Amino acid sequence: MLMLEQVAKRFGAVRALHPLDLAVEPGRTLVVIGPSGCGKSTLLGMMNGLVRPDSGRVIFDGEVLSPVTLMAARRRMGYVIQEGGLFPHLSAAANVTLLARTLGWPPDRVNARLEVLSALTHFPRPALARFPGELSGGQRQRLSLMRALMLDPELLLLDEPLGALDPLIRFELQVELREIFRSLGKTVVMVTHDLGEAAFFADTILLMRDGRVVQHGSINDLTQRPEDPFVTRFIEAQRGHWQTGDGAS
Amino acid sequence: MMRRGITRRLPLAGLMVALAGLFLPLAGVAGGAAAAAEEVRIGSKKFTESVILGEAARLLLTEAGLAARHRRELGGTRILWNALLRGDIDIYPEYTGTLRAETLAKLRLESDGALGQALRARGLRMTPPIGFDNTYALGMTADRAKALGISSISDLARHPRLRFGFGNEFMDRADGWPALQRRYGLPQTNIRGLDHDLGYRGLAAGDIDVMDLYSTDAEIAYYGLKVLADDLGHFPAYAAVFLYRADLEARAPGALGALARLSGRIDDAAMARLNGAVKLKGWSEARAAADFLNTELGLKVSPGTRSAAARLWENTLAHLSLVGISLGAAILVSIPLGVLAARRRRAGRVILGTVGVIQTLPALALLVFMIPLLGIGAPPAIVALFLYSLLPIVRNTHAGLAGIAEPLRRSALALGLTEAARLWRIELPLAAPVILAGIKTSAVINIGTATLGALIGAGGYGQPILTGIRLDDTALILQGAIPAAALALAVQGAFEIAERHFIPRGLRARGQET
Ligand SMILES: Nc1ncnc2c1ncn2[C@@H]1O[C@H](COP(=O)(O)OP(=O)(O)O)[C@@H](O)[C@H]1O
Ligand SMILES: [Mg+2]
Repeated sequence: MLMLEQVAKRFGAVRALHPLDLAVEPGRTLVVIGPSGCGKSTLLGMMNGLVRPDSGRVIFDGEVLSPVTLMAARRRMGYVIQEGGLFPHLSAAANVTLLARTLGWPPDRVNARLEVLSALTHFPRPALARFPGELSGGQRQRLSLMRALMLDPELLLLDEPLGALDPLIRFELQVELREIFRSLGKTVVMVTHDLGEAAFFADTILLMRDGRVVQHGSINDLTQRPEDPFVTRFIEAQRGHWQTGDGAS
Repeated sequence: MMRRGITRRLPLAGLMVALAGLFLPLAGVAGGAAAAAEEVRIGSKKFTESVILGEAARLLLTEAGLAARHRRELGGTRILWNALLRGDIDIYPEYTGTLRAETLAKLRLESDGALGQALRARGLRMTPPIGFDNTYALGMTADRAKALGISSISDLARHPRLRFGFGNEFMDRADGWPALQRRYGLPQTNIRGLDHDLGYRGLAAGDIDVMDLYSTDAEIAYYGLKVLADDLGHFPAYAAVFLYRADLEARAPGALGALARLSGRIDDAAMARLNGAVKLKGWSEARAAADFLNTELGLKVSPGTRSAAARLWENTLAHLSLVGISLGAAILVSIPLGVLAARRRRAGRVILGTVGVIQTLPALALLVFMIPLLGIGAPPAIVALFLYSLLPIVRNTHAGLAGIAEPLRRSALALGLTEAARLWRIELPLAAPVILAGIKTSAVINIGTATLGALIGAGGYGQPILTGIRLDDTALILQGAIPAAALALAVQGAFEIAERHFIPRGLRARGQET
């Protein structure tokens, strides 16, 4: 589905990504995890050409991503950027349908797709006329997802889609989101900094640190067969003091 | 819901075009009237005597059955002379002394007799003298002159502390202050340039001691001024004549015969009386001219002045067309320039730098620069106003686009929207409030600056302001100033309505927060 070959990126003096190889397998969910600033968003951005690699290449469905192939490839990938990126001047419905309309979809088809997506994501129908600024945090995340799914892409790239939500809504959405991924059978790459979320979604987990891959494997691989002391430290830290029994009792 | 989403983006996409379209049709309104057939165009300088002579010429030509239009108060000598050379006007009243000492000074003509030859070489002619001789003079209040024992210009040299106030034209002319100072060896250093008509009030109020006069000024008698003798014979003769283009008679047969009826008919006293009728009695120039023609030449002409409402309407149309055309064109040009500046950093620096420099040029200078290129009237004023309107729109378009949040930009890219769709559907709508604010600023500046257009014959609300300053008539000044202010307010209001209409709720709500 998607292959990264020796891709690397630096921003001035910062080496955001050391040369890295990665294959994303179709129909599976890959979760990228690691501490803040380790290069997760950079890696995800490379997959749809938002970040241009300094070296190496990205191959999507057998074709190298280049300025020529980029536009078509992006329409086959749904992308939810970390901050949501909803257009404040467009209604919820217009945000979701903008791309389809610029591609000349007939209104009936646009509307039908909008119906399907709002049902799928449990987005309240009346809220479709509202502007992003008038929606709750959970509704905004559902909306971002609807927009990414509009053209029924094969690949979904999600950058901390639930990062800004409070824990209860987040818990609820995690369940719904996994249902959606399972039912659609999409290939998913999701970035998170939360190990619990990663374990919940992932077929495989990619743990990163300072622009390098530390370990790539299942949650069991990471907990039982850590390839680096950092893996264990990261897992310990995520469990928190309460679960490890360090807390004041 | 869907339909709503679609209709909402249409006005957004067409916002700028719609705005430009709104202003451009105004162009036709006033522009269409100007295309009359062989019309004799008379110009006049921006002082009362010249306007009266212009009116007299208009009445005489009309009486002779010709179509004549008087473009009043076009400016100073340079502007009228160049307008005549270019053919923007056919006739204007001039003084032989001005031609010899100023316009054609390089030729060092010895006498008025040599003028005909020099004019002929430039495709121009002049009529025989109208009669009076309006030479320059210096004057003081009679009381002060008596107290200081001054009766001639030479006497001034003994009083170095005297304060002089001179008309701007007199300050700059070849035969004006610099030459006079040299000739008489005058030591004064307290010299102020001011509008000729304000000089009298300065003299009466004691702000200045000495000013330049024209010998037919009505105010000399009114203010009881002492005209200082030009004892060294510095000022040349200033016989009034009409200058006209050589092709005038061919294009408007009978025009010369009509003008000739005035030759030798107005002497110094008559001209001073006519000036006084306008400046002191408040007659219109047309009425003064008609009165003279009827009593002295036995004609039966009527001044043919229009009502105040007709003049207001005419000024409004002229002003709207100046503002409309220049602002509409500026919108159409500035937004693409702003987009380019936001897209290409280097081009952006050049563009913003250039429109910034244009903005620093004084409005009056810019207007005058345009005259050699475009003549007088509306075209040069429109070009100048257009140039002035660029900066706020270009800068705001650039700032509006540059200020779009990075996540929105990336989001639009990640969706796979084309470059055009990103510009029209995302970036311009997001920047629309800022762009609209820029257009609003431009419009308000433009409406105010357009009043200066009257200085070069473009008409508009500046016309009554200009005349009002000349005649020291506050009511007349307000006839231009109040509509101009009202128009600025109305346009501002219209923009606020446009904002409510064009800018979607989603952006407005954010605007209120910040
Ligand atoms: N556009 C950019 N310009 C400069 N530095 C950047 C840019 N994007 C990311 N970085 C830097 O690259 C590193 C990786 O960033 P990122 O991929 O956003 O990390 P993560 O998503 O894992 O938090 C960080 O040090 C970040 O500051
Ligand atoms: Mg990130």
